[in-house]
Amino acid sequence: MSSSQDLFVPTTTKNNLSRQTSPSKADRSDRSFRYLMYAASAVPIALLLLMGWTVLEHALPAVKQFGLGFLVGREWSVPDLQFGALPLIYGTIGSSLISLIIAIPVGLAVAIVTSEDLLPQSLRSIIAFTIELIAAIPSVIFGLWGFYTLVPLLRPVQEFLHAKFGFIPLFSTEPSGFGLLTAGMLLAIMILPTLAAVSREVLLVVPGYLRTGSMALGATRWETIFKVVLPRAFSGIVGGIMLALGRALGETMAVTMVIGNAATISASLFEPAYSIPSILANQFAEAQDDIHLGALAYLALILFVLTLAVNIGAVGLVRLVERGEKS
Amino acid sequence: MQDSETTNLTTPLSWIRNFFDRGMTVLAFILTMIGVLPLMSVLWNILAKGFPGLTATMFTKPIIDDGFANAIVGTLIMVTIASLLSIPIGIATGIYLSEYEPSSKINRTVRFLTTILTGVPSIVVGIFTYDIVVLVSKKLFNFSYSAVAGGIGLAILMLPIIALTTEEVLKLVPNTFRLASAGLGGSKFQTISRIVLPTALPAISTGVLLSIARATGETAPLLFTALFAQDWAENLLSPTGSLPVLIFNLYNDPDPVKNQLVWTASLFLLGIVLVVNLPARLLANRGR
Repeated sequence: MSSSQDLFVPTTTKNNLSRQTSPSKADRSDRSFRYLMYAASAVPIALLLLMGWTVLEHALPAVKQFGLGFLVGREWSVPDLQFGALPLIYGTIGSSLISLIIAIPVGLAVAIVTSEDLLPQSLRSIIAFTIELIAAIPSVIFGLWGFYTLVPLLRPVQEFLHAKFGFIPLFSTEPSGFGLLTAGMLLAIMILPTLAAVSREVLLVVPGYLRTGSMALGATRWETIFKVVLPRAFSGIVGGIMLALGRALGETMAVTMVIGNAATISASLFEPAYSIPSILANQFAEAQDDIHLGALAYLALILFVLTLAVNIGAVGLVRLVERGEKS
Repeated sequence: MQDSETTNLTTPLSWIRNFFDRGMTVLAFILTMIGVLPLMSVLWNILAKGFPGLTATMFTKPIIDDGFANAIVGTLIMVTIASLLSIPIGIATGIYLSEYEPSSKINRTVRFLTTILTGVPSIVVGIFTYDIVVLVSKKLFNFSYSAVAGGIGLAILMLPIIALTTEEVLKLVPNTFRLASAGLGGSKFQTISRIVLPTALPAISTGVLLSIARATGETAPLLFTALFAQDWAENLLSPTGSLPVLIFNLYNDPDPVKNQLVWTASLFLLGIVLVVNLPARLLANRGR
């Protein structure tokens, strides 16, 4: 018995020794590193929660004061201290919807051209790259371009439409070039890369056998695209559209520079409008009255909740699609 | 050989299906052209209007003396502050997301909320930064609008982007690398710091560079945090000018000299953004 213990003792001491030197040190650095990573990953969560809380807290007095009537108030006048959010909600959602109407067909066309084999691969990459580059351009530069190039370009077109079709409510006001339509068009350019990139990615993962199967049954390329490829990619594309919508709703600088900055509601696309981000950019720093500041904080809350809802929907949809791909 | 069956097989498409197919192809190409056109117009415009006014003194004098040197320095300082804050935390979050139980519930929640954070409008980030930095510093210390506040605003914007790109890139490191390191007795820390991170470093730097370029062009988070200054900022705790806010504040200025300044500043800003973006995106695309 003693002999067997003798035999074991040296090995265990040796084990103990090696444990005590390098691995325990490694253990310690391992643990502190892990906690460091945990701590870091708490930062974005804390930021988001704190952001939600701060925005809510600042808006709360105004929410109590104005109530839900704020959402349907049609008047926004700083001198009269009259604050209603409807014109701003209208401007924000209106310009975003116009941008989607324009950007969806263009974005889908780009996605299809760059994912189908209509063009050689090198040319497809160039197109995809060029569209991607749009995302890199600062929004204030798009605003500058919109102000000095897009507006003068659109004014004669709008004047023509107003002269010929002015009886239609959509074209009923004298166009200045600035307004809801111009803002929507500029937004369309800016959300195009998001829309095209997401759609392209979804189209690229549509299984090849669906495509070959459809073609083997005699469908032409575009019949295949419309009846097989696009339906299969539908939920992913909707996710991309919602992501783009989130971008459009929150876009500030470019919209501010071309939307005309007048809190009005009009059926006419040529009428100057105002969006929530724009009014925040223009009035937040200068607001003197508490009631004005409160109204702006309320608007910030509306914008925050709106974009949050749209983004959660978008992320959820995209994730759903990814899960579908795996199974 | 021309029996009825082969003729049947080689019957051409009905004209309507043929027309639809060709027509859609043409339409798709036209729409794609329309999509590419604005970018060309923007680049051409900024170049054509910004380049002629470019003078050397613009890079040495502040805005009141018709230069934009103080805006360049301001942008540089704020982006540096933002990078110092967001790069370590962002990369660490990315490491957590990719290396520590990536499919656990907590991990997925972190990823989800980080993704949501990327979608928060930049103007809301600006107001938030105003609330937590400018107002607090006004109350507790003796300064309000500052380069530090602007830097923090930009950092909030950069953080989730860096975290998510880092995660994506780390996921591309082959799992065999991790297994080999563990098999040789490497701890998790050693595996990550000596194997995983070095392997992914080029791609992580690309992602970080892109987020820096993005922050350089951001205007909205600076409006109520760094505010603006026509002259050199006294120190990091005073209002600071920056290139994007310069463009926004002066784009409608009646003074033709200031107007020219806006175009040249835009050219310079666009130049910085493209110089970073072109190689980084080209590299990223080739990797794909």
